[in-house]
Amino acid sequence: MGNDSNYIIEMLNITKEFPGIKANDNITLQLRKGEIHALLGENGAGKSTLMSILFGLYQPTSGMIKKNGKEVKINNPNDANDLNIGMVHQHFKLVECFSVLDNIILGIEPTQGLFLSKAGAREKVVSLSDRYGLKIDPDALISDITVGMQQRTEILKMLYRDNEVLIFDEPTAVLTPQEIEELMKIMKNLAKEGKSILFITHKLNEIMETSDRCTILRKGKYIGTVDIKDTTKEELSRMMVGRNVNFKVDKKPAKPAETVLKVENMTVPSKMHKNNAVKNVSFNVRRGEIVCLAGIDGNGQTEFVYALTGLEKMTGGKIIFDGKDITGASIRERSKGGMSHIPEDRHKHGLVLEYTLEQNMVLQRYWDTEFQQGGFIKPGAVREFSERLIKQYDVRSGQGPITITRSMSGGNQQKAIIAREIDKAPDLLVAVQPTRGLDVGAIEYIHSQLVAQRDNGKAVLLVSLELDEVMNVSDRILVMYEGEIVGQLYPEKTTVEELGLYMAGAKKDDVPAEIK
Amino acid sequence: MKNKKINLSAGILSVVASLICIVIGLIVGIIILYCINAGQAMDGFIRIVKGGFYLMPKGLGSVISQTAPLIMTGLSVAFAFKTGLFNIGAAGQYTLGALGALYFALVLHAPWWLCLIAAMAFGAIWGAIPGLFKAYFNVNEVITAIMFNWIGLYAVNEIIYKGTIGDMYDLKTTKTYTLRSVAPGSVIPDCGLNGIFSTKSTTIAIFIAIVLAIIVYIVINKTTFGYELKACGHNKEAAKYAGINDKRNVVLSMTIAGALAGIGAGLFYLSGVAEWNPQVNTALPAMGFNGIPVALLALSNPVGVIFAAFFVSHITVGGGYLSTKYFQPEIADVIIAVIIYLCAFVMLFKGFVLKMISSKIKDTANANAETEDDGKGEA
Repeated sequence: MGNDSNYIIEMLNITKEFPGIKANDNITLQLRKGEIHALLGENGAGKSTLMSILFGLYQPTSGMIKKNGKEVKINNPNDANDLNIGMVHQHFKLVECFSVLDNIILGIEPTQGLFLSKAGAREKVVSLSDRYGLKIDPDALISDITVGMQQRTEILKMLYRDNEVLIFDEPTAVLTPQEIEELMKIMKNLAKEGKSILFITHKLNEIMETSDRCTILRKGKYIGTVDIKDTTKEELSRMMVGRNVNFKVDKKPAKPAETVLKVENMTVPSKMHKNNAVKNVSFNVRRGEIVCLAGIDGNGQTEFVYALTGLEKMTGGKIIFDGKDITGASIRERSKGGMSHIPEDRHKHGLVLEYTLEQNMVLQRYWDTEFQQGGFIKPGAVREFSERLIKQYDVRSGQGPITITRSMSGGNQQKAIIAREIDKAPDLLVAVQPTRGLDVGAIEYIHSQLVAQRDNGKAVLLVSLELDEVMNVSDRILVMYEGEIVGQLYPEKTTVEELGLYMAGAKKDDVPAEIK
Repeated sequence: MKNKKINLSAGILSVVASLICIVIGLIVGIIILYCINAGQAMDGFIRIVKGGFYLMPKGLGSVISQTAPLIMTGLSVAFAFKTGLFNIGAAGQYTLGALGALYFALVLHAPWWLCLIAAMAFGAIWGAIPGLFKAYFNVNEVITAIMFNWIGLYAVNEIIYKGTIGDMYDLKTTKTYTLRSVAPGSVIPDCGLNGIFSTKSTTIAIFIAIVLAIIVYIVINKTTFGYELKACGHNKEAAKYAGINDKRNVVLSMTIAGALAGIGAGLFYLSGVAEWNPQVNTALPAMGFNGIPVALLALSNPVGVIFAAFFVSHITVGGGYLSTKYFQPEIADVIIAVIIYLCAFVMLFKGFVLKMISSKIKDTANANAETEDDGKGEA
């Protein structure tokens, strides 16, 4: 494998055993200086374990890590920091009640005597932010900004620390197409400047576009390392999944029936600024169709969904659901009335992480007489129900129904939510970024579930930031820009480029958003 | 099989952690005793460790009569913890409970069970107020509860001293009237326990407290109400998403916590353990605050609270047997305080034990996690 000095990081024959599981089985990963090296594998393939070993969160059972040809021991993240290894985690590590700037300088705060002197830091952050096009407001609180901006803060954190080895753990999962393109450029620039990048992702397009080489893991085992210029998307996915994957969503043309949801002139105030986040939005969703609300992150989709599902109050407009006005209805009433909600943030809303899997499976239905009698939970019924869902939706976990949800992988947590929400047989399924952070196999499955809902005569409202998903899954696309619906498109009659223009606000129609 | 094993170990782990902090507390205690009077240290230490058993059967009887109210205040704090609330107001709720019990007993001469219900109601109201402030005005429950502790204490002292709502204050003893002489029907029956322990105040209060602890355990773990409360405690946003009325649950949780503390005062004063002294009681009743270490030591498990309360009463009584010739009486309080202080570290010890002894169990969990969740989780 060439000269040792070419490699900045080498992880040689790494094995990590947990009782009963070999999370990593004799894996070798060699990162060249200045390259973008992708690490590809399904959820649970062992990518995160491998990266946690490199970042000092775990110690390998056997194997060796070298930096610049010298063996190093990384006992904790501080050691990793000292070796100039930085990481953007899939689930961000930010202090919610601190500002963006405070989070970036946290741990290496510039001081003058006993006092913080943030002026210099601010300058550096702003210049980094300008240079790489990572749009942030240094003074906004983390708890107030979108997932996308939080991610940008994480990336800036690494850049601010002048790290040499940058680990990106699925950085694009939450970004918009335009932002992803920018990030790709940033990553390439960084590599040109001599930084070495480890890029964990499920997205083959991104690997094909950015990476120099790619290492593939499957079920904890090392499958191979390939040069991207000598390979194809299909080959990569075959190596990752072990079978051929269908990239196109199989679906017949939609047969829309009567209207299930009618939103009239909805207005929702913003928590971040004085303007309204959702402005006078009207549209409808019918049975037997998948309507996609597309748009760049932070254009009012989140607030719209909150108002629709009852998590936030709206200040104007009406929601008619199944012929009834539910504008003032509670969350429980909406849920009972046949609305299911796959939330954007599975940790914030979707799950009680301290609860067991079975407790989470009944989170929306524990009050149902199926699961309780006179206020007492029927443990047998809960167990039986969750075992059925686990089997039917292939939710994998260490201990089945009694697994603490926190210990499950992100993909399986998401599957649990999807199982719970779809199994309610809702008239309207509101799915917000349902495939965020999942691998191609799981995405294929979730998309087929959404289509199955549609074919069963249910209505699906999909909120997505991913252009591929928008184009492949939906029957009708509504583009949201700055809180307004700026266009109604049909995937078969439009192109990704046109959609992108609408999302960026460059194109705008006076759409009759309501369709009779 | 495998699953059961892991669960069992986790349970044992909690017990081991609690025991470790007790042992360390005792070691620190003995060091303090050595520093003060090396010659008598061992004897003093033995007296503390023997607790109620030092003076049988009377000592055991007084341990039992002190445990009952302590179980209740411990439950009060533990119950609120389950909903993510810190009920530092148990002392104030206990004070109001005392007023309720004494008023119904000394003025109305009501039967003991009615007095107990009155104590519960008075405590519940005092607990509900911080709950309402928290739910509807987002005022931290700790601040409101501390304020209401003092408001409650001075109001109760004033009411009893002045006789605003009825004559309860005995000028001769500067305390409230002795329950047994004024209202014997209001004393909780002892069913022969006083005979066994040759005490005056060992009643069936202890059984009432234990039964209530078991009921609280069932409510928290087996009912939809408990499911909702815990969901609010762990993740308020997810609870809201699930259509749970989080505001209502905050108020209910604090109300119930207050009711439990109120019952504690009822069990104490209606057993005739002591009388309320408005001139001396210018500090909040320790029974209310000791509910906090009891709940911590028990890791908020209602059944664990029973044992933790027994232990804390045991060493408290033991401390009372320290020979005042060699040790200032306050030394007993210092040692008890050290042990109670260490109770607060029980979670730390649990983590420590987890790491040292049971790294295997943790690894299994982490293997499942694929490390993706380290972030928000462990914080």
